[in-house]
Amino acid sequence: MANQKPQNNTPEKEPASSRRSLLTKLWVLLGIVALAELIGIVFAFLKPSQKKSSAADRAAIIVAGPVDTFQPGTVTAFVRGKFYLARLKDGGFLALSRSCTHLGCTVPWVAKENKFICPCHSSEFDIRGEVISPPAPRALDLYQIVIENNVLKVDTNKRKKRSEFTAGQITYPKKT
Amino acid sequence: MNIIERIRLSIFPGAHKPAKEQKGQRKYFRSLLLHFRPRVVPERTLRFSLTWGLGGMAAVLVFLLFGTGLMLKFMYEPFPDRAYDSILHLQQNIPFGQLIRNIHHWSANGLLVIAFLHFLRVFFTGAFDAPRQFNWIIGLVLFAAVILSNFTGYLLPWDQLAFWAITISSSMLEYIPGVGTWLQESVLGGPELGPTTISNFYAIHTAVLPALLLLIMPFHFWRIRKANGLVIPRLPDEDTGPLGEKVNTIPNLIVREVAVALVLLAVILIISMLFNAPLTAKANPGLSPNPTKAPWYFMGIQEMLMHFHPVFSLFIIPLMLVFGLFCVPYINYQSETAGVWFCSNRGRRMALIAVLTSIAATVTGILADEFIIGSVLTGPPNIISSGLVPFVIVLAGCISFYIFMKKKFDAANNEAIQTLFILLATAFLVLTIIGIWFRGTGMRLMWPW
Repeated sequence: MANQKPQNNTPEKEPASSRRSLLTKLWVLLGIVALAELIGIVFAFLKPSQKKSSAADRAAIIVAGPVDTFQPGTVTAFVRGKFYLARLKDGGFLALSRSCTHLGCTVPWVAKENKFICPCHSSEFDIRGEVISPPAPRALDLYQIVIENNVLKVDTNKRKKRSEFTAGQITYPKKT
Repeated sequence: MNIIERIRLSIFPGAHKPAKEQKGQRKYFRSLLLHFRPRVVPERTLRFSLTWGLGGMAAVLVFLLFGTGLMLKFMYEPFPDRAYDSILHLQQNIPFGQLIRNIHHWSANGLLVIAFLHFLRVFFTGAFDAPRQFNWIIGLVLFAAVILSNFTGYLLPWDQLAFWAITISSSMLEYIPGVGTWLQESVLGGPELGPTTISNFYAIHTAVLPALLLLIMPFHFWRIRKANGLVIPRLPDEDTGPLGEKVNTIPNLIVREVAVALVLLAVILIISMLFNAPLTAKANPGLSPNPTKAPWYFMGIQEMLMHFHPVFSLFIIPLMLVFGLFCVPYINYQSETAGVWFCSNRGRRMALIAVLTSIAATVTGILADEFIIGSVLTGPPNIISSGLVPFVIVLAGCISFYIFMKKKFDAANNEAIQTLFILLATAFLVLTIIGIWFRGTGMRLMWPW
């Protein structure tokens, strides 16, 4: 150090790249890499856990019951599964999420008026989950329905967002 | 020397010296206590009508919250099936349990109000110009931390009020384009409120945010000292002259601060003895109460949501406002107004007009939307008709008001920007007030009585 100073008359004006500045840059780079790793670890650690035990998976499949127990044109609430099973007039089924698509309130089925009315901001949905009255921006979410041996099951793990009702979303029981 | 004397000397070195030297030692000890402060302060900044003691009050409330929060932490259990019962147990069986919770509750709500008033005070006395620019930014970050602390604490009692307020507030995140769903699921730890949500909120409320506050608050105070204390208050036509006489911080500033702190403590204590913190029925995910409202400080946003498409009311408009606030200290101002309330006499007249215009325009807008436009538009909200169109109308209204006021009063940009700030802040306050008190069953407009 002491030897170098006389050679460099203006010590502030070091050459643009020297061994020292390269090393400094490497340290900074290493620091950035370490920071990125740290952030990655924190994010991975805090991410909503995706693996669920198979027991939880089985619990997510709700056995609703034999197809014939549901009359056409009615809506049945499943509190444990947090969904409504709607049977349309033509015999088809829809499993509707009970969360309003506006801000997530639970929508009760008002049988008298034949529609879902959200208590929070009075959005209204018909039996197919289609929006009748805003502010809800889209139709109620759907769960997947499986009909095995005439017994209806709903997989509450698979929630599907949709913008509006289409005929393809209905599940029909096999004609017997 | 006996053992007690030796211990005393180890704590207060120099206490055995003659009285004359002791005085200096005591001064040293005091300045250690107060090393965020200068030894002397300009006498004029002691005037109560400069700060209204708001910054000090906020700091007192934060420490009150730390204290009561620590006590609550020993009693509270952050699990959905036990949280509510632990609060009930706290209130019914623990001596002073209800009082401690009340103090925590009222201090938290008080802190929001005080911090907001402090923010207004700093803005209206122009205390954001250089060298205080970056302290304004730190203040905004602190304010965000306070809001988040309140929000995460709101859920913890796990009653109906908490559960549904957090449900709808966190559902608002979903409307942020692109990352909304991801953000919501990260905050809640799943698609809906559950055990992960409560443990996330508990960790953030009792560790992350307090640590952040403890780190940033001293930074905020230290920057005041680096800026040579507070802005010097002066009258509109007074020059930026000399600082005036300086007086010792001890006792002149300290006794004032202690007085404000004691009065505040007394007020909080009286309120906490008279009014209990709310606790409704235990959370029931199957039953939404009617109406369901967000925490009161988010009611302005919820009210805005009734009138704009979510992408605008929850994303674009808040983003623009927050961006504007961060820009405030970095705009090039034409004149030096630090220390003058509302810039100038002209600024005061313009401020009054802005407040009145804003109240009239906001109330008219809400009524028109509720009774005229609302009945015309049906079906799911459309991003053009219920988003872009009203947004452009409001934006055009604000811009033309700004230009009109600037021309009419021949104002400097300090005054014009202050006028715009008042217009927006008043509108937000009106929205909040209507949301809190004038919305009833089914979120319909009604009188509060």
